Amino acid sequence: MLTYLLKRLTSLVISLLVASLVIFLVVEVAPGDPASFMLGLNAQPDTVAALRSELGLDMPKHARYLGWLSGMVSGDFGMSYTYRTPVAQMISDRLWVSLPLALMALALSTLIAFPAGLFAAARRGSAGDMGVMGATQLGVAIPNFWFAMMLVLVFAINLRWFSAGGFPGWEDPLLALKALTLPAIALALPQAAILTRVMRSALLDILGEDFMRTARAKGLSARQAIWRHGLRNALIPVLTIIGLQFSFLLAGAIIIEQVFFLPGLGRLVFQAITQRDLIVVESVVMLLVFAVIVVNFAVDLAYAVVDPRLRSRR
Amino acid sequence: MKRLKLGALAAIAIGAGVAAHAAETGITVAMQLEPPHLDPTSAAAGAIDSVLYANVFEGLTRFAADGSVVPGLAKSWDISEDGLTYTFTLQEGVTFHDGSSFDAEDVKFSLDRARAEDSTNAQKALFEAIDTVEAVDPATVRITLGQPNGALLFNLAWGDAVIVAPESIEGIKSSPVGTGAFKFANWVQGDRIELERNAEYWGEAPALETATFRFISDPTAAFASVMAEDVDAFVGFPAPENLPQFEADPRFQVIVGSTEGETILAMNNKQPPFDNPLVREAVAHAIDRQAIIDGAMFGLGTPIGTHFAPHNPDYVDLVDLSGFDPDRSRELLEEAGLAEGFTTTLKLPPPSYARRGGEIIAAQLREVGIQTEISNLEWAQWLEEVFRGKNFGLTIVSHTEPMDIGIYARPDYYFQYGKPEFVAIMDKLNAETDPEARSALLKDAQRMIAEDHVNGYLFQLAFPTVANARIEGLWQNQPTQATDLTGVRWTE
Repeated sequence: MLTYLLKRLTSLVISLLVASLVIFLVVEVAPGDPASFMLGLNAQPDTVAALRSELGLDMPKHARYLGWLSGMVSGDFGMSYTYRTPVAQMISDRLWVSLPLALMALALSTLIAFPAGLFAAARRGSAGDMGVMGATQLGVAIPNFWFAMMLVLVFAINLRWFSAGGFPGWEDPLLALKALTLPAIALALPQAAILTRVMRSALLDILGEDFMRTARAKGLSARQAIWRHGLRNALIPVLTIIGLQFSFLLAGAIIIEQVFFLPGLGRLVFQAITQRDLIVVESVVMLLVFAVIVVNFAVDLAYAVVDPRLRSRR
Repeated sequence: MKRLKLGALAAIAIGAGVAAHAAETGITVAMQLEPPHLDPTSAAAGAIDSVLYANVFEGLTRFAADGSVVPGLAKSWDISEDGLTYTFTLQEGVTFHDGSSFDAEDVKFSLDRARAEDSTNAQKALFEAIDTVEAVDPATVRITLGQPNGALLFNLAWGDAVIVAPESIEGIKSSPVGTGAFKFANWVQGDRIELERNAEYWGEAPALETATFRFISDPTAAFASVMAEDVDAFVGFPAPENLPQFEADPRFQVIVGSTEGETILAMNNKQPPFDNPLVREAVAHAIDRQAIIDGAMFGLGTPIGTHFAPHNPDYVDLVDLSGFDPDRSRELLEEAGLAEGFTTTLKLPPPSYARRGGEIIAAQLREVGIQTEISNLEWAQWLEEVFRGKNFGLTIVSHTEPMDIGIYARPDYYFQYGKPEFVAIMDKLNAETDPEARSALLKDAQRMIAEDHVNGYLFQLAFPTVANARIEGLWQNQPTQATDLTGVRWTE
């Protein structure tokens, strides 16, 4: 068990190192210089040079990479080129928007998908099943930014229940939750549609298994059989999708953050890319890689919880 | 489940109520771009000035709403006979927002910092003529020039020349300390900047007590934020196609002003075939400006025939020199030995004037036989490839700095004109202090670049503002990038 854990840890560190190198190289190769971006069209060459040396951009590439890497290990992500504030601070500020948003969207999509998938699988072929499947088709097909715009149109412009976007901060948690509600719904529905379909097909696979027939034979009703034996076995593919969705929701909310002008992580990266704030781009992407690896690890652990066979195999 | 979700939604909605604008002494102003940091003296980003100019920071002189240069922290000034010595008398009783007092030493500090060797001032050229800055006494500053400079008072009005204090310079990028009518209060990065009234202000107190700037880059979100009345005003509204809808709505007013942004189809004057004036003239005649203004800008924008703002009193209307005339264009190409036409690159930065305008221009050029390969670039890429690398045939860009015709005198500037006769005019202009002689020189300069067809001159960028109908005092035009709130108030 211990050697297994050590092995996993070593491979985790190696993949992080490789990721950091790839990220650094890709970002550095992109054309564009942060200093000339900051100083605009009228700047004189010596001014640009002065700013470059102030930012440390005149140092050789390998020195910058090592500096960045060693800083990160000690939790210091460096200073943003454009904002001139610590990157760690900026990221944690933005995480306070992105993380709750991702969690809310994930909770919503799970809350919708589980019952809907169960319902559709239990009544396979019925009108209800067709209805749910039709709705998920629609949910998968509708782009989430369009859906977000429709939500704004209805709930912010016409009904005036919500503001059209922005984030007031967590001083008033109710207001903050309110500001995240529409974006969370916009993010959650397409995810819920996908999850429902996965849930349904996983359950249908399970329903054909021998042990389900045995469960019915020993006197359980169809519903009881699904509830006691089916659901748990169907969870593995569902958990995989949820893990993938969480990483996507954390990083992939860029467009939704634009539509609702939320100061989240996605928008930070977007701005940083256009401004060539390289160190912010590198650090955020690195953080996301880290998050994906950790989430995958957590999903692995969750497999073991729902499926005892996986536990003994280790 | 569904019912539960809807119930929760309704509860949240009712719980928070509709808290639009609380009192009539606060205002929420939205704009597209967020400032990268809050030091107007070390970045070109117009967004910094859009928030801070005239509100938080002031210079010796300042731009008024009509673009004229008026006294700021300098009450008055004397100019010596030879035009080399400017003696400024400063306003008295002025304090910075941190309580420290403002005097001649602060002026000296600010100007010396801006023109220092290691300065990161994006407009360092503004201070080029200055030889020395002396604090004669706390209320008097003497600036000595190396050569006469007729534009000094104008240059000192720029946001890049505002007065900062040595005591607070350290933290200026995140908590700016100026002398203006509003104090910086708070910045939630990515979302908003809050200002509050400066009770100690030396000038006339503003009507507003608080001001919040919000940053909404997406045009659709901009539309929604105004319609939902989340914001009281949107300056530089990014979706011109929606303006008629706001005009028809009694809740809003639409103010369309002009900017200092000459939008041009820049040509690489050193790269064949654009090194041939005939080819440049052919390009100029192939362009239908009105079609571009209508198609790309939804009718907003004033056609220009040279690199100069039409609202400037010295502007000469030279649009006819490059009127839309495809037949003439084909003749010129034939004369240049390019009867078969040619292929070139058209590199477009992100703004919609460039992206949408580029498609239209490409179609117009195709009519006369010029094929373009369009590539869409990000700003950073554009700066690297086009601006610094000069690797382009054609590009579209809006030059937003005020009074920037001088860039044509720089031979290494990206479109690479720098004709010696033009440089001579600019040199004379810089040394000339007599307003009439200056005006004549400016007109000569405009004519020369129009006759040489250095670039295709398209239109002056418009500046639309959508605001609550009860707000008055917002600037219509943008003589410099600014959202001067000192004169803004709510009416009944």
